Amino acid sequence: MIRVVLPFHLRNLSRTDGEVELEVAGPVTVGAVLDALEARYPVLRGTMRDHVTLKRRPFVRFFACKEDLSLEPPETPLPDEVVSGAEPFLIVGAMAGG
Amino acid sequence: MSSIRVLVGTKKGAFILTADAKRKNWKVSGPHFGGWEIYHVKGSAADPNRIYASQTSGWFGQIIQRSDDGGKTWNTPGSSPDELKSREGMPKGESNKFVYEGEVGKHLWYDGTQHPWEFKRIWHIEPSLTDPDTAYAGAEDAAIFKTADGGKTWKELSGLRKSKGHLWQPGAGGMGVHTILLDPKNERRIYIAISAGGCFRTDDGGKTWKPITRGLKSPYELPDPDAEVGHCVHRIALHPSRPDVLFMQKHWDVLRTDNAGEQWNEVSGNLPTDFGFPIDVHAHEPETIYVVPITSDSLHYPPDGKLRVYRSKTGGNEWEPLRKGLPQKDCYVNVLRDAMALDSLDKCGVYFGTTGGQVYCSANGGNSWNAIVHDLPAVYSVEVQTLP
Repeated sequence: MIRVVLPFHLRNLSRTDGEVELEVAGPVTVGAVLDALEARYPVLRGTMRDHVTLKRRPFVRFFACKEDLSLEPPETPLPDEVVSGAEPFLIVGAMAGG
Repeated sequence: MSSIRVLVGTKKGAFILTADAKRKNWKVSGPHFGGWEIYHVKGSAADPNRIYASQTSGWFGQIIQRSDDGGKTWNTPGSSPDELKSREGMPKGESNKFVYEGEVGKHLWYDGTQHPWEFKRIWHIEPSLTDPDTAYAGAEDAAIFKTADGGKTWKELSGLRKSKGHLWQPGAGGMGVHTILLDPKNERRIYIAISAGGCFRTDDGGKTWKPITRGLKSPYELPDPDAEVGHCVHRIALHPSRPDVLFMQKHWDVLRTDNAGEQWNEVSGNLPTDFGFPIDVHAHEPETIYVVPITSDSLHYPPDGKLRVYRSKTGGNEWEPLRKGLPQKDCYVNVLRDAMALDSLDKCGVYFGTTGGQVYCSANGGNSWNAIVHDLPAVYSVEVQTLP
């Protein structure tokens, strides 16, 4: 089971509270987790990455095990700790003032 | 007894203000969608309980919200209330999927090059006058989308961008379709306006569009006196009884047309400044119009720190200041283009919101004003529903 931590506004939008747990079929990659998350919560489509190109939105960042994975390609495997459920996959709204 | 519902979009959420026909005692509901920018909230004329909202964020993009109970509850279109109640229930659908039709195309960029269209947000949602499930959405980068299923899915009316779209160029506020006017006497006719793009009309339900800018003068921005596109139209408005008569607040100049945009004539008259953003028409007097003069394109606040609405009862040219109840010193707010609206009670009410977070109401056509609220986030939009 993959644990995902959503930022405040996406928790509200998806009407979730706390962490989200997801089954991910096949290799656990950044892209596969986002696919599973959007399948489970379709309202999140378009909020983290573009509907069509699947390009990450500029102020959305991805972290796992204190590593910034935001710039990694979607096929990047996630660390074993995330795959085992020991650590969460973090989706973060970037610090951007205003 | 009639009642009033004011729908307010702000920089940090939506608010709903309600009162009876006296318009003295107001209840405030909100913030709805707290922390998100709410560009526009508007109810359907065909079903006042159906309300659409454009919720947007620099972080998380575009969301469309819909209420079917007058703003008490909201869902992203595509989710039934029963689905949301179940244990596995969650909002779903693709109501925020705004994809440009066909080849994306390019428009003029600041450096003179061509730049691809990129969807950023929905500025304005205009529900159909007859069908609650049909609505139009004005987008940045400029385009118009239509839904016929209550906002579950949206499809671009791409003919608009074929109307010299390669020559449109974003202004400082972004290149957005900010105004959509539906002709109540001809459902195939729609008017739209784009900042730094111009004003356009379709007579075939949105398949084809033509610029309607003859008579507009923008000598500094557009030296070509015959330029059809590129005029910075801030707002257009019409009275439903005379949809061929339009009023316009341009970047500079207030204008009117009496032939559906074929020719515009300036009616700035004795205004202290003809720069501004909103313009609107009295509910019962088609020649009575309202603007809020703003000092200049460089100084986006009222002249002399005095907030004044100006009213013309002659369709322009002759204007009178309306100041009773409005701050007459040290006032440096702005009133944005979508932030004025009128009710349709016998004594027509006029409403506007400011970037300082005030929403003002006049229950007597503008003669005197009261602040309904003082301290909301910056107000982006104000719409009014007159309920039976």
